[in-house]
Amino acid sequence: MSDDSSLQSRRNALKCLAYGGAGTLFALSGGVFTPIDLAMAASDKQSAAKLGKPLFVQISDTHIGFNKEANPDVNGTLTQTIDIVNGMAEQPALIIHTGDITHLSKPAEFDLAQQLFSRLRTTEMHTVPGEHDTTDPTVTEYFNRFGKASDNKGYYSFDHGGVHFVGLINVLQFKPGGLGTLGADQIAWLTADLKGKSASTPIVVFAHMPLWSIYEPWGWGTGDADQLMSQLRRFGSVTVLNGHIHQIVQKVEGNMTFHTARSTSYPQPVAGVGAGPGPLKVPSDELPKMLGITSVSVVKHPSSLSLDDKTLA
Amino acid sequence: MRMTVGRCRSWLTAAGVAAVWGIALCTPSTAETPDPNRILVKDFMFMPNSLTVKAGSTVTWANMDDEPHAVVSNTGLFRSGAMDTNESFSFKFDTPGTYHFTCSIHPRMVGTIVVQ
Repeated sequence: MSDDSSLQSRRNALKCLAYGGAGTLFALSGGVFTPIDLAMAASDKQSAAKLGKPLFVQISDTHIGFNKEANPDVNGTLTQTIDIVNGMAEQPALIIHTGDITHLSKPAEFDLAQQLFSRLRTTEMHTVPGEHDTTDPTVTEYFNRFGKASDNKGYYSFDHGGVHFVGLINVLQFKPGGLGTLGADQIAWLTADLKGKSASTPIVVFAHMPLWSIYEPWGWGTGDADQLMSQLRRFGSVTVLNGHIHQIVQKVEGNMTFHTARSTSYPQPVAGVGAGPGPLKVPSDELPKMLGITSVSVVKHPSSLSLDDKTLA
Repeated sequence: MRMTVGRCRSWLTAAGVAAVWGIALCTPSTAETPDPNRILVKDFMFMPNSLTVKAGSTVTWANMDDEPHAVVSNTGLFRSGAMDTNESFSFKFDTPGTYHFTCSIHPRMVGTIVVQ
């Protein structure tokens, strides 16, 4: 983690744990979102109970349909993830899927994904599409199944437990050679959506591609996200979530926490290593380690991040 | 708009289905001779990324990566859908002009077809 210079926690002892592989659980604890370790939540009921009622679990990049060497059994790893969520002492109110539900946007892949998701005990799921979900020639397979919440626009908001959730789409209006794009229509909608909201309302924004620049040569960012951030800064608690890069990167900037989730399917290289952001092949006995658990702790002011890797192996 | 999408042994067959819209996702033959109108998609690059052809030519993009790619015309003229490993996509260019395309999954991948 290299972003420690901008880290500033609202609370001196904000402690975050983030992990991937199995998904990410967020609990609203004293007004601050705290991502906690799913495996710990499942196995240590006392620790989970201290964090309050889990609000939602973020699942990302399930890539149903992927069958290459990097993980020939993405159905199995998603099933494992669902088992962990279902095994939590207290079920989260919501599931948020931050895109790349499928690998190739095929109807059969979406159908299988929905069939697997139907095993979740938490039935309320909110989604945004990834670029792998919108490659069908007519760009209709995702929207036919998940478009209702956004009236087929791909962006929408809802409230739950006093928290305002905003789902955004940044995978449709690519500029050649560029980054993801929100577009003027979506930004205008967002401006109207946030208008009048009290600054004390906790905000959760989720999209597939990073809403902050992580590595532009690989498109790991959103070109017009600044227009979004300028509207979010007035809020006291903002959590910005995405997937896409299949690994955890997190930063805290003022009252805003940015967090990219790991995938449930296969790892990707770290920024700039190799030809591009494709599946990272690792020996099969290494895969559980790559899908393992990483804890990220934010410790006392002046804040710094400490990483603690815990694997499933 | 008329499009044909599906797997086939010969892209020529599918490319001939429609005079203007001949689109096919195919498994490339292993024993073919090098095709001058063929663009390899490999290591997150179009090779070549600029190609000049005569009007009426069919251009084929073949994905050699483990990652899917999707060829999309900047004007919406053609859109391949996801090409998985070893799949390809063909489009017949009938009208002279310059056609820019990108990969909708990896937008930094760009290329140009010039039709004379």
